[in-house]
Amino acid sequence: MRARRHPLLLPILIGLTFVAALGSIALGAVALSPARILAVFAGGGDEVARAIVIDLRLPRMLLGLIVGAMLGLAGASLQGYLRNPLAEPSVLGASNAAALGAVGAIYFGLSQLHPVILPALAIMSSLIAIAVLFMLAGPSESPLTLILAGIAVGTLAGAGISLSLNLSPNPFAAMEIMSWLMGSLENRSYAHVWIALPCVIVGAALLMADGRTLDALTLGEEGAQALGADLSMTRLRIMLGVAIGVGGAVAVSGAIGFVGLIVPHLVRPLTDRSPSAILLPSLLGGAALLTLADIGVRLIPTSNELKLGVLTAILGVPVFLVHLMRERRLW
Amino acid sequence: MVNIRVEELAVRLGRHAAVSDVTIDLMPGQLVGIIGPNGAGKSTLIRAMLGLVKPASGGVWIDGASMASLSRRELARRIAYLPQGQTLHWPLLVERLAALGRMPHLGPLSRLSADDEALVDAALARADVLHLKGRIATELSGGERARVLLARALAVGAPALIADEPLAALDPGHQIDVMDLLKAEARAGSLVLTVLHDLGMAARYCDRLLLMDKGRLVADGAPMEGLTEQSLAQVYGISACIDPDGDWPLILPTGRIKG
Repeated sequence: MRARRHPLLLPILIGLTFVAALGSIALGAVALSPARILAVFAGGGDEVARAIVIDLRLPRMLLGLIVGAMLGLAGASLQGYLRNPLAEPSVLGASNAAALGAVGAIYFGLSQLHPVILPALAIMSSLIAIAVLFMLAGPSESPLTLILAGIAVGTLAGAGISLSLNLSPNPFAAMEIMSWLMGSLENRSYAHVWIALPCVIVGAALLMADGRTLDALTLGEEGAQALGADLSMTRLRIMLGVAIGVGGAVAVSGAIGFVGLIVPHLVRPLTDRSPSAILLPSLLGGAALLTLADIGVRLIPTSNELKLGVLTAILGVPVFLVHLMRERRLW
Repeated sequence: MVNIRVEELAVRLGRHAAVSDVTIDLMPGQLVGIIGPNGAGKSTLIRAMLGLVKPASGGVWIDGASMASLSRRELARRIAYLPQGQTLHWPLLVERLAALGRMPHLGPLSRLSADDEALVDAALARADVLHLKGRIATELSGGERARVLLARALAVGAPALIADEPLAALDPGHQIDVMDLLKAEARAGSLVLTVLHDLGMAARYCDRLLLMDKGRLVADGAPMEGLTEQSLAQVYGISACIDPDGDWPLILPTGRIKG
């Protein structure tokens, strides 16, 4: 077993993210030659290429990077904090609650009043979910109470989404609600980038701050506290970071599963396995993985574009199982 | 150098009075043992000294400063804590694990300095586990892991060390190693406080013993003062063969007193 960080881990992840970003610009439903794309970036190019590259592919690429980075980092941070390798943003109910906010905006027709309403509601309901979580979990710093309360909140939000599907006035609204549940980066604009980016920057900054406390938690809560860690502040930062960051990400992309769960597991064997060491690699890996998956949904020839969440789950589960068997030394 | 004063301390866990009316003064340079039956409040008492549980009344003073006036970090730099049990949540390298001990001295994003690394190595060497530096802590044997965790506590470099049952799950050889190490720390000027269950070890190694029962301090003094047939019968409900006069003080529990 490798025990120290692979010296090439960060360069490889940065390279992979870069390649994914380039691919996201170059590949899509319409074939564009590299020369036409380069011409666009040089300030010229023809109208069609310009519209496709600048207005369609560039925001989509940026969103893939931003959302993926947030999901990967949130997964890594929560796994460290909860000391549970199965943790990811949905464990605290944050993703489901954000999706419920988005669906509520669609269901009540609020999303048509102003484009900001949908993401605002998503972030707000994610914050409300985290606040409810605080009240349910009480003053205790135990991760178990948090997980149980998170499952309760997440299940309730899931039930709310199902209810709105159930009562949906017309099939089109139901279709739209469904697409928020499975996640997609189709037809996104710079408005979405400007909504997600600040949320993700704030969320990521909050989550990156506590690496050392996460390491100390290896010794258990009292061990960490006796090393000077202020666990209630750590908990506050992590919850706000997840609520704001993941809330903002889900608000533009819908609930995309598995990225937050898998990415930390993929990078962990290449690090010294301490929770702090996987934070940055998970951020980069999440950005690369989601952007690559988004290229995949564009290139797979289906009549309707595949939903991103469907592809991440289909790809994610086998990768995860192989990884699991290797970890358990069954492979 | 540090001294810890516990004054008329009472701690309640829920409705249960876990510690009642305990007053102790702990001075540097001594190895102090806390003994008593399960549930006597030993662990709760040391958790109160570390600020991990809030007192219901009374309080703890570190060098004359009340617990409430010290930040967690200040406290962590003065008292190192070795918790009970050996659960490790992630498979960290031994050197990374021991380096956690430097955390109270580091800024939020700063890295270990060469001095910190030297202190970590010195702590590993004192616990005789320097050769395990590159191993993964969760893959070590129980005895090795206990000593690595002790090295982690030593790496803090605090003037006081509080250890909760450091001998649990260790074979006799490793028990002697750990007690020798704690004694050496005390002789070097540290304040060392440890919860023990082995009465013989407690009597042989400790400079002072605190005997607890039902949350109260029932004896406090030189080891053989508190460990009498009467006190063992009363506190533990056991009969014991005690020989304080040989080369080694001997305490052998012989039976349970019914009733």
